[in-house]
Amino acid sequence: MRMFRSVTIGQHIPGDSVIHRLDPRTKILSAMFLIVLLFVVKGFVGYGLVALGLALVIRASRIPWKFVIRGLRPLMVILVLTLTLHLFMTEGRVIFQVWFLKVTWEGLIRGLMMGTRLVLLILGTSMLTLTTSPMQLTDGIETLLKPGKKIGIPAHELAMMMTIALRFIPTLLEETEKIMKAQMARGADFQSGGIMQRARSLIPLLVPLFVNAFRRADDLAIAMEARGYRGGEGRTKLKELKFQRLDAVALGLVITFSVLVGAFF
Amino acid sequence: MSIRLENVIFSYLEDTPLNQAALRNVSLEIEDGEFVGLIGPTGSGKSTLIQHFNGLLKPSSGKVFVDGVDLTLKDTQLRLIRQKVGMVFQYPEHQLFGETVLEDVGFGPRNSGLPDEDVVQRVREALAHVGLDYETLKDQSPFELSGGQKRRVAIAGVLAMRPSVLILDEPTAGLDPQGREEILAEIKQLHDEGGITVVLVTHSMEDVARLVDRLIVMEKGSIALDGTPVEVFAQVERLKEMGLGVPEITELMYELKSHGLDVNTDILTVEEAEEEIIRVMGWQE
Repeated sequence: MRMFRSVTIGQHIPGDSVIHRLDPRTKILSAMFLIVLLFVVKGFVGYGLVALGLALVIRASRIPWKFVIRGLRPLMVILVLTLTLHLFMTEGRVIFQVWFLKVTWEGLIRGLMMGTRLVLLILGTSMLTLTTSPMQLTDGIETLLKPGKKIGIPAHELAMMMTIALRFIPTLLEETEKIMKAQMARGADFQSGGIMQRARSLIPLLVPLFVNAFRRADDLAIAMEARGYRGGEGRTKLKELKFQRLDAVALGLVITFSVLVGAFF
Repeated sequence: MSIRLENVIFSYLEDTPLNQAALRNVSLEIEDGEFVGLIGPTGSGKSTLIQHFNGLLKPSSGKVFVDGVDLTLKDTQLRLIRQKVGMVFQYPEHQLFGETVLEDVGFGPRNSGLPDEDVVQRVREALAHVGLDYETLKDQSPFELSGGQKRRVAIAGVLAMRPSVLILDEPTAGLDPQGREEILAEIKQLHDEGGITVVLVTHSMEDVARLVDRLIVMEKGSIALDGTPVEVFAQVERLKEMGLGVPEITELMYELKSHGLDVNTDILTVEEAEEEIIRVMGWQE
């Protein structure tokens, strides 16, 4: 039952490197610049430069390379799929042909570009989540979305929902494990049988899980109201986000880098 | 049916830096028909220990035998073991799922492939054990019952497997005093009349003092004390060091003794204390 303990997506590694100390807003905006940049850049030189920049950031964050690379593992399937699809589906100068499958130069180039783009995208965004605690992240999103309130974007509510969802992921996993054990103690079998039988065998797991989740949500709502929660209006923060000189420098660098690389490559 | 553990070591997150031993070299034998109480501070490994008794957890090293069968072997039929070793988890009502009480309590027997009429018979019998009436409850949704009734239905769901060993993890947590008394009395009856081996995990010294023949105290993943309640509660100081205590009435007798009254301190209930004080003081009724 250890499978639940190995979930690493969105994991945060505490630290006090330069990158960790940046304001979450700086990091979110930088990640957005990175995403846009990756779609503007057209050649391998550009990707190389982005990779170099990213490598410097990873270095500065002092998070072990091994850990950063591990984040790519769940994406292997998608990477391989992207590469193969592009390889075979693009028209152009044929390198070689097996039966009706043609491998073309254009396909190879495009597949590699797409693959690089995906890898850089994941590495960049995981730098954001690895160095920023979920609380900081939602705080940052909330402040960034605040101007959108005028056009009806519920910034605070979205941020609160994210915080709560993140907070309860481990709780729900633990609960799942507990219920599975209890039903296994009564002879339930979650592993064998055909698809229908397996789906049926999930009922004794899912029903209590949902019942408990709703009960917990009720309790949480009451506990929040009991402590005076009335939504985002007039709510102050324990830790105010501070945009420091470091952030200005970092954001300046990111913007300059993006504009230059985006314009010339 | 006996349970035997030999040098069991267990750690969660075994191959990660967060590795921590939850059980450190536990050896233990529970004989057929015993009523064992298991106490210990939070995090002492009680819940981890009992999950070894029916193979829900497997030791990192060491052996577990149930009725002579080695649970650590790959080809052991754990489903058969789990029918014999019933386990009631904490807040078992949080695991209810059936549309009706009959469906929920009958889950275990149906999993062992019994025909319908046998399942009904088992459910009827299991509900009777926990003091509930089959006819009035069978078609009700378990979610509409009161808290105490839900707890009983959940316990019945384990009893319906007709286990020869029953393990209960704090079965009375969160119940009112009357509910607690009733459930404990029913467990006692299952042991005394049904001949079931019972392992009761609890925080209540009063409960174990009254009910069990043998008391095992866990501390930091090891067995700290093991003996009859009288023997274990004689170690007042040791128990207090662990953040545990002795039944209040036993503590009273120790206090009396330390103030110079020559009472016997092997006292576990108020009635025994009453007799003892009357005896020592030479009062006549």
